Amino acid sequence: MDLRTRLEPGHPACAGCGAAIAMKIASAVVPSNTRVVIPASCWSIILGKYPFSSLKLPVIHTPFALASAFATGMRAAKSVPVMVWAGDGATYDIGFGLLSAAAERNEDIVYVCYDNEAYMNTGGQKSSATPKAAKTPTTPQGKETEKKDIIAIMKAHKIPYIATASIAFPEDLQRKIKKAFSIKGFSFILIHSPCPTGWKMEPSLTVKASRMAVESGIFKLVEIKHGQERETYKPTCYVNPREYYKLQGRMPRDE
Amino acid sequence: MRRIVTGTEATAIAAKLCKPKVISAYPITPQTYIIEKLAEYVSNGELNARYISTDSELSSIGIVAGAVAEGVRAFTATASHGLVFMHEALHWIAGGRLPVVMAVATRGLGAPWILMCDMQDALSQRDTGWMMLFASNAQEAHDFIPIAYKVAEEVHIPCMVCMDGFLISHTAEPVDLISQEAVDSFLPEFSPKLSLSDEPSTLWPIPEPDTYYLIKKDLFEDHKNALYIWKKAFREWQSVTKRKYDVCCGHMLEDAKTAFVSLGATVETALEAARRLRKKGEKVGVIGIKLFRPFPESDLKELSKGIEELLVIDKAVSMGKSGILFQEVKSTVDIPVRGFIGSMGGKDLTVERIERFFYEGKMWI
Ligand SMILES: Cc1ncc(C[n+]2csc(CCOP(=O)(O)OP(=O)(O)O)c2C)c(N)n1
Ligand code: SF4
Ligand SMILES: [Mg+2]
Repeated sequence: MDLRTRLEPGHPACAGCGAAIAMKIASAVVPSNTRVVIPASCWSIILGKYPFSSLKLPVIHTPFALASAFATGMRAAKSVPVMVWAGDGATYDIGFGLLSAAAERNEDIVYVCYDNEAYMNTGGQKSSATPKAAKTPTTPQGKETEKKDIIAIMKAHKIPYIATASIAFPEDLQRKIKKAFSIKGFSFILIHSPCPTGWKMEPSLTVKASRMAVESGIFKLVEIKHGQERETYKPTCYVNPREYYKLQGRMPRDE
Repeated sequence: MRRIVTGTEATAIAAKLCKPKVISAYPITPQTYIIEKLAEYVSNGELNARYISTDSELSSIGIVAGAVAEGVRAFTATASHGLVFMHEALHWIAGGRLPVVMAVATRGLGAPWILMCDMQDALSQRDTGWMMLFASNAQEAHDFIPIAYKVAEEVHIPCMVCMDGFLISHTAEPVDLISQEAVDSFLPEFSPKLSLSDEPSTLWPIPEPDTYYLIKKDLFEDHKNALYIWKKAFREWQSVTKRKYDVCCGHMLEDAKTAFVSLGATVETALEAARRLRKKGEKVGVIGIKLFRPFPESDLKELSKGIEELLVIDKAVSMGKSGILFQEVKSTVDIPVRGFIGSMGGKDLTVERIERFFYEGKMWI
């Protein structure tokens, strides 16, 4: 695995932050002039305060909904690699229309969603990526609806490259990031990125949780190249989904 | 070359001459013809740009912001609901010191749906930090685009070039079209002081409150100082085209006791009203404000010297208070000011209604 890292120590993410781990793994393999486009999210904060930056890449902050549009304009202006780095709230919810539009136009950008399954920056409120039954500040009785299937939606856009990845499978994640940058047109990568703070989970369990999500078959590792879908890892299914959800204090306890 | 064109076509031609590299487009009446014309120029090879037909004004404004952040000139146009839909990004762009230039064909806002002209859309963006220029006719709509690029790119502040929807956007008038050579000699290549680069760096890192305060103070002061850059640009424009503009213009003021104050196409109607009132023996003049932000305070004070009362004609209102231009004028001068909501949603702003305002002084007529 490529161990060069562009994420500096001392950044202000919580201990065990999956979103920071995801960036650490992904940023190591992107071209050195990659523009990283960051909408409002925990990552707006993890980047650090002026005059510091935790990430050794060119970065631009954008309003919450507008990352796909900024990225489009940047790529239209210059022939440089552009990567959106957005949370699930920006992706599944507020920036969804603009994401869909950029995908439909097949813009030559890499769109990464680090999915921590809620609006963590504002305190863990539900997003449409939050799993059913999760208790969040805005779903105190537990979320009543299912998690949105963003991969199926992106697939319907017929873009050249779609992949899911997990911070517990770093080689697979890096290979997919590299692949996305090598492909012309719109790429979408969804990274399962547990958030110990929002999930009410021990910070030491982040990677374990992400591995259990994959091994239990809840989060599938796939790659869809020009419509051809392939599982890049076969889960062992030795893990019961309940065991995975049990790690999260926000999920209901078994009776 | 003189041709008969509408305000929208005059704007599109001027935008083309400024050679933006990225154009984003979303239709909304009464601006649509601008972006349709630009699509034509790009598709027939007259203009070498990436033309992006978007899903919404949010994408359109984000795309031009992204392009300008990469140091490339960009253009878009909008109106009405499209403009207010962009509101968050307008603040972001001004705060980020991106010299975006955007044309706005002003129109009323729903509910209820209304297609016709007022300035509620543009003037409710007053506090976004954009510079705002108002054309009074198609010639100005044409000329103001290159001038706006020149100033915006010099001071790193975005600029809206506004024209009254329909009254200017859809009215065909004779316009002296600028030549490409004239624009090339007037408008230098865009070379931003600040843009993204290949090196690690962050555009708009989160500052400490004290730093944020200084950033806002800088923008405030640069905005105010931009007034002189506008004056300089207007003078340069005059040397290239012989057409003379200023941030604020007085007409028939020499012996005037009263003066109408307005923006955009209304200035021309006010001029006609003033002429008629003069025939009745009233000593009336007109002050036309071209640049609304930065607001030409000292010019307005200077022009209103010797005048006893200003009569402001508005096409935008701050509910619960007064007309928006009225507030601006009232807070600038020391003489009595009366305000008239001349039109909302295209209600005909006739010379007769302006004369009634002169005699009755009521806000709603
Ligand atoms: C238009 C707008 N609405 C609300 C917010 C407040 N806000 C900032 S970040 C955020 C949640 C982000 O959630 P997500 O995209 O999942 O990223 P995460 O914080 O989980 O990393 C919200 C609601 C905002 N910045 N802009
Ligand atoms: S709240 Fe969650 S996603 Fe945000 S910094 Fe903390 S651990 Fe990371
Ligand atoms: Mg999230």
